[in-house]
Amino acid sequence: MRVRPARPGTLRRRQTRTAYTFLLVPLLFFLVVRFIPTFLALRLSLFDWNILKEQQPFVGLENYRTLLEDEKFGQALKNTALYTVIGVPLQIALGLILALMLGRIRALRGLYRALYFAPYVTPIVAAAWVWQWLFSPQFGPVNTVLMWLHIPPQAFLTSPHQALATTAGLVVWQNLGFQVVLFLAGLAAIPRSYYEAAEIDGASGGQAFWRITLPLLNPTIVFSVVTGTISYLQLFTQVVNLNFTDQGGPLGSTMTVALYIYQLAFGRYQMGYASAVTVILFVIILAITLLQLKFLTRRYDT
Amino acid sequence: MALSRPEVQVRPRPLRTGGPRRVGGLKLGRLLAFAALVALSLMVLYPALWMVSTSLKPDAQVFAYPPRWIPDPVMWGNYAKAWASAPFTRYAVNSLLYAVSVTFGTVLSCSLAAYGFSKLRFPGRDFLFLVMLSTMMIPGLVTMVPQYVLFSKLGWINTYLPLVVPSFFAGAFFTFLLRQYFMGVPNELLEAARMDGANELWIWGRVMLPLTTPALATVAIFTFDGAWNDYVNPLLYLNDERLYTLQVGLASFRSANDTQWQLLMAASVLVLLPVLLIFFVFQKYFIEGASLTGSVKG
Repeated sequence: MRVRPARPGTLRRRQTRTAYTFLLVPLLFFLVVRFIPTFLALRLSLFDWNILKEQQPFVGLENYRTLLEDEKFGQALKNTALYTVIGVPLQIALGLILALMLGRIRALRGLYRALYFAPYVTPIVAAAWVWQWLFSPQFGPVNTVLMWLHIPPQAFLTSPHQALATTAGLVVWQNLGFQVVLFLAGLAAIPRSYYEAAEIDGASGGQAFWRITLPLLNPTIVFSVVTGTISYLQLFTQVVNLNFTDQGGPLGSTMTVALYIYQLAFGRYQMGYASAVTVILFVIILAITLLQLKFLTRRYDT
Repeated sequence: MALSRPEVQVRPRPLRTGGPRRVGGLKLGRLLAFAALVALSLMVLYPALWMVSTSLKPDAQVFAYPPRWIPDPVMWGNYAKAWASAPFTRYAVNSLLYAVSVTFGTVLSCSLAAYGFSKLRFPGRDFLFLVMLSTMMIPGLVTMVPQYVLFSKLGWINTYLPLVVPSFFAGAFFTFLLRQYFMGVPNELLEAARMDGANELWIWGRVMLPLTTPALATVAIFTFDGAWNDYVNPLLYLNDERLYTLQVGLASFRSANDTQWQLLMAASVLVLLPVLLIFFVFQKYFIEGASLTGSVKG
């Protein structure tokens, strides 16, 4: 075979051309499907944009002014915050505990991992029905257990005070498997020698956990907190399917911002007003994400 | 950023001769862990068993108390009845076509983009990559309304175009994931092909893809699962009942058969079965994908 050194100039130029051809389509996507709609949302929010009407008058900040006095939006915002505050810590704590326990066990490990992961791949519609049955006030097994323990049966999804927590439970149940696998991967990356050294130095199991495991899991924890928060702030499908309708449960007690946007945009066709809610949510998500990244990230010299 | 080292306190301890006790403690810990894991597994298994059991019950036994786990008689006919009481075959075909085309589009476009970002040198690469990563920060919900307005102007409402077309434009997350894999493939292999006069498209298809099939499988499986279980997009864009996917069809089936739990569960089992099957067969790739997700650190 004749070895022919490629002329670097032409190769470089040809590569550039190929690269841009390869990337043209994705770049268009980012523009058309991501960036432009984000700015479009900002623009739409300044109009009284109703998709059924002929006229879409410019109203300036009117939508935002209405939003300030919108009680339903206030409730949706409060509920969404509650979901996040309940769900994110719970799934991270449970996920970590389960991963640590799985780490201690050799037999049937794969089976357990598969079991926890199964709800994650289960369609939400079907999972929601099963959850409804589990927490049904009349014949649900959870109430049966409560009665054994001499605790009066609870209303759960039909009570305005308990519906939100019960819904959050479904989300945690579905996300748990993914969280466990994340932590298992994080734990596997910690060198065994650290623990051996700690043991030689006489550190207790608790000390090893707080001083080695937790600090070295920091990247996994930060990732879980950030992505978990983002997904809880957009909660929609579980809420809709647990409460039959898009009205947000008893007295709107499970209503989320995402569901409210859906109601406004596709129930009442108020695209402009829905966009204003969208913009507010975007700002909130962005601010929380940046704050979390700033305050949670720790760098350790390993 | 301040660098600090996790401090492991080195403190001399009185020598302990309690070796065996420590082993005993470990054993007890392991036993407790085992018990807890079994209890938690029940939280998954119990609902699953109930689902199957209910789906096989005659009408009168669904809410019988105390519950009967093994129905008498076993109503295998519930499955046929549930399947026939809504156009589920059509929904299934729709779901399958939707999931397959989205998977194809995603793997194709993401692997092309990832190849460009990992193995080709060109001006502006790092900047473009940063731009792409930043789109991961835009939550899907934010673009929901404007995208709907956009697609409705194109006359795409009530078609599969808004659901499928975006997948042919590489998504940031999977591109990023594949790029990580592609960077691990030695450049010498590609250079050798380039010396032989192969063009980049050939190298992508004949060198890169065969070497990274596990990564491609991970992307494909997550995408397929996501599309198969997708509820929001079909709900937004498909109004015609004939276009419904299984998820939307299942949800609307409920409003028509609110009290027939045995039929609801039979239909659910049938919808759940393919994903569970895929999950158990390709478990390795699911786990690997999830683990990789964690290592994709901000």
